[in-house]
Amino acid sequence: MNSLKSNAATIDLCERTLREANFALQASNGSGESGYFKVTNPGGAHAIACGLDAPVDVEIRGHAGYFCAGMNKLARVRVVGNAGQGVAENMMSGLVWVEGDVSQCAGATAHGGLLVVDGNAAARCGISLKGGDIVVKGNVGHMSMFMAQAGRLVVLGDAGDSLGDSIYEARIYVRGQVGTLGSDCLEKPMGAEHLAELGELLDRSGCEKVDAGEFRRFGSARNLYNFKVENLDDY
Amino acid sequence: MCGIVGLFLKSPCMREALGGMFAPMLIEMTDRGPDSAGVAVYRGGERGRTKITAFHPRSDFDWDSLLGDAESDRGATANVEINGSHAVVTTNSVSIDIGKLEADFPGLQVMSVGQSIEIYKETGLPTEIAEAFKVSEMNGTHAVGHTRMATESAVTTAGSHPFSTGPDFCLVHNGSLSNHNRLRDLLRRRAGIEFKTENDTEVAAAFVSHRLAAGQSLKATLEDCVKELDGFYTFVVGTKNGFAVLRDPFACKPAVLAETSGFVAFASEYRALASLPGINEAEVWEPEPAVVYNWEKAA
Repeated sequence: MNSLKSNAATIDLCERTLREANFALQASNGSGESGYFKVTNPGGAHAIACGLDAPVDVEIRGHAGYFCAGMNKLARVRVVGNAGQGVAENMMSGLVWVEGDVSQCAGATAHGGLLVVDGNAAARCGISLKGGDIVVKGNVGHMSMFMAQAGRLVVLGDAGDSLGDSIYEARIYVRGQVGTLGSDCLEKPMGAEHLAELGELLDRSGCEKVDAGEFRRFGSARNLYNFKVENLDDY
Repeated sequence: MCGIVGLFLKSPCMREALGGMFAPMLIEMTDRGPDSAGVAVYRGGERGRTKITAFHPRSDFDWDSLLGDAESDRGATANVEINGSHAVVTTNSVSIDIGKLEADFPGLQVMSVGQSIEIYKETGLPTEIAEAFKVSEMNGTHAVGHTRMATESAVTTAGSHPFSTGPDFCLVHNGSLSNHNRLRDLLRRRAGIEFKTENDTEVAAAFVSHRLAAGQSLKATLEDCVKELDGFYTFVVGTKNGFAVLRDPFACKPAVLAETSGFVAFASEYRALASLPGINEAEVWEPEPAVVYNWEKAA
């Protein structure tokens, strides 16, 4: 993701309300020169650049609050700072790139698109992921990828406890240490197709020099998929 | 939901500006807690003199009438400084009995006792409370604040945070505890602690201050909280020399810390820190769950 053009329209959140800012961002269809925005003085406000559905480029210069770039579709949103809970929550497509850290539930329920976090992600990263991709260059907190159904999480650092608890067909790649694995999550062998998809995700996240061979893969043991008659007495 | 904020000044030259930095932090957390708000500020304090901060619901209450009790020891001197619905009685009396004081003056509620702590709390919007107690004009070394959205007990002045259950000690809480009734009962029976409210946070505060009074370190005591308290919590604890932060192991409630060469600041959300001077150069991070963070000024 290249830095913004110098003629990007500036939206100063000291001067305009969040609602005005989001209306302006949502009104752009992303064509030509009108598709570049710089949001200044975010001050940790919630829901900045939410609900975009055109290929606009938005750069948020500072720390963002909760649900930044939520429901994103097609847009490319860059946060030059940290982002609070639920960044890129329910993203459909596009790219959200955070240069700092993100709080819990980053990329939750995302159906598509790519979330890149240059720093760390807190607990529950990628919870209930439904097809989006997440690359975290630092660590992720506990319960990450809880009940994730589809999509990929790549962690260059360490993963906290209960990684991938009750995971379905999503895939997790971790380069560092894993605290504990959650229920029904286990390590799986790296095949050529896994190395290929991981390499491609690393390339798209600016990690071309990182060796995909250093990662381990985790996924579902598929033991929770079906009801087992021997567990009948537990109900 | 509730909002909590804390500010600890590392640099003595910033102490005059404590309230000016702190009041906007508190007010920014109004969305998280519009029911009531409170502030514990640590300022001044002389060895041998105790500050008693009290609230009285009657606006015409004669605060000077407390001086009799506060000067009951031979040679003891006391003075009263009124601030809104609260007042600070400062005395060098060593035998002052808080229980007797509250019994002698019906309606009087003692909010805090200590050498440097003062607690002001009320129902209402944080901005009204900050104004009523002139928070922005307060100086001091550190402050802890809370904006409350009540879940566990009534919206009253006594049920507002911070809770103080020991000298120069206070605790604020975002979350709710599920085993507070059993713990309250245990602390009542085994330690003889009297509780003023049905509030879960008062139990957490008493749990911590009881162990501190027994000589246990703040860090070890907060680590005990992780073992003994069941529920959701982000705590900020204020002591005479500093403040500490603890989140439950599940990290249910939000927390952000920021540190510069001049200060350490805590808030439920970053937006409460955004107005601090130098915040753009600060190290900003989310505290790990079940890890005690503690800052103290040199004694």
